[in-house]
Amino acid sequence: MMTDTDITSPVMDGMGPHGTKVGLLRVLGPAHVWALGVGIVLVGEYMGWNFAVGKGGAYAALIACWFAGILYTCVAMIDSEVTSTVAAAGGQYTQAKHIVGPLMAFNVGLYLVFAYTMLEAANAITAGYLFSVVATMTGHTGDLDQRPFIILVIMFLAWLNYRGVLATLTFNLVITAIAFVAILVLFLSTSGILGGGLMEHAALFEGHELPYGWIGVLAAMHFGLWYYLGIEGTTQAAEEVRSPARALPFGTLAGIMTLLIAATLTWYICSGVLPWEYLGDGVNGSVAPLFDTARLSGSNGLVWLLGFGTLFATLASANGCINDASRAWFAMGRDKYLPGWFGAVHPKYRTPYRSIVFLVPIALIFALGAPLDQVITFSILSGLLEYTFMPLNIIMFRKKWPLNSIKRGYEHPFHPLPALTLLTLCGITFFAVFLGYGTQLVAMIGFYIVVSLWFHFWRYRFVNRGTQFTMPWPKPQGY
Amino acid sequence: MAHYEPPKQSKASQLIDVVVLVVLTVGALFVPLWMGMAGAAKTVAEAVASPTWEALGQTPAQAAKYEALGYTPESAHDLILARFDYSFSVGALVAMVVVILLYYFLILRFSDVEYREVIAEKFGQK
Repeated sequence: MMTDTDITSPVMDGMGPHGTKVGLLRVLGPAHVWALGVGIVLVGEYMGWNFAVGKGGAYAALIACWFAGILYTCVAMIDSEVTSTVAAAGGQYTQAKHIVGPLMAFNVGLYLVFAYTMLEAANAITAGYLFSVVATMTGHTGDLDQRPFIILVIMFLAWLNYRGVLATLTFNLVITAIAFVAILVLFLSTSGILGGGLMEHAALFEGHELPYGWIGVLAAMHFGLWYYLGIEGTTQAAEEVRSPARALPFGTLAGIMTLLIAATLTWYICSGVLPWEYLGDGVNGSVAPLFDTARLSGSNGLVWLLGFGTLFATLASANGCINDASRAWFAMGRDKYLPGWFGAVHPKYRTPYRSIVFLVPIALIFALGAPLDQVITFSILSGLLEYTFMPLNIIMFRKKWPLNSIKRGYEHPFHPLPALTLLTLCGITFFAVFLGYGTQLVAMIGFYIVVSLWFHFWRYRFVNRGTQFTMPWPKPQGY
Repeated sequence: MAHYEPPKQSKASQLIDVVVLVVLTVGALFVPLWMGMAGAAKTVAEAVASPTWEALGQTPAQAAKYEALGYTPESAHDLILARFDYSFSVGALVAMVVVILLYYFLILRFSDVEYREVIAEKFGQK
């Protein structure tokens, strides 16, 4: 018999069972979900993706863009199904808690917090760099100390998050829309559709089609993830949307479609104007490729538009990251997976304020103390571990609660094909990371093994057993 | 299954737990950096003594773009010629695969033990 699941019920996860009288505020619509997902990711089109060009050439970056697009389409489909049923703050963490088990949930919670906090740190570093570029463009001479700007960006956005989710994500909606429109305007202005075209793909690729051969295509998958990393963060808003069963699948799937268009346009624009060696070096060459393309267009209007687009994209991303990381940390605190002190909701603003404040110095440690590529790699690795969990999650979900056992807001088609495709692409990406950053990969997994043992043998004693299962589902099959 | 009543954690113990997590996190990123084992650097295999755009393998169209960006053959030399080294040992690859599989085996195994307790307490024994 199918259980009718009302995922906005006030007595379900996030509200009654955890003993908190004040829950998070349900004020968001599908557009905010879209803004949260796309807002976090769009910075990946403004910078970072071009490392994939350096790893294997322009064609390799396009192949990586599309294969990573398939990877994230699988992520969005799987995520939409599970989260339209498990609509609670913590997103994939809460999914893992109900479907796989507590230790997996603890690991997934940490993947989320680290992927987003590292991305936030990377964004703050980039914003600091942009402020120094703007200072130079407006007549400042000498080196500008970027650290005050990095601190200011993180503190301002944390304050915005502290004060309320609706203002935070409405701010994101506006600046994300501007950043997306800036890409469209650049495409229309440089591709020949409006005015003279600048594109010289054939001439720029001549003799450099695949500079590393096919292994370069594999290696490019590492930074191919950067085009889309963070779209899965839409699920973190689950307790704060008015109609999660509708808004979450709609916002997430519209988000991945937006990003597939933005990523392909970005590749087309930049690879048709900038030589691949320059485009592919995000440290000594093109730090902000769309901005660099605008500079070569000769139009001051485009330079300023893309300059603001880049800045807005970094702010929107950092803003969304603070939102998502704090929700995951809050959800773990509420379940006592972490000290219960973090599980508090602000009595007036209805935000997880202690988690927001606690993660500020963590982000600052990394933003001020670690190189950008290392911070990005730490974020990508956490994301990759999370994507590897997702196929296991959906296979177990369908096995323990088949389609006719509980009501789903969305059912993804062709199961288990998306799960198996996702698992295969994750395996390929692990190999790509190994080709350049094997030491970090092993160090990171070593870290997760140590904290897993710490959780299982120490921390888990403080967790209630049965009451952490808060969904009104029937008993899973096979138990 | 009998209802499990978790012990109450003192404030000092909560603080220690947070410190342990922060130290492990910072260590995971910074230890490889301190040991100088992080990152993949590009190197120039064979330097060109007196670089010209032709000697750097650039067509006139490609050279024009570099000039528009403010480069000369000298200043673009390292940027154009630096390459990654993708050679690797099979032993290192096998070690990485083993570490990843071990990790997932460990968490799935322990999770299952914990999950059975949760389900037993929530829904009662089978």
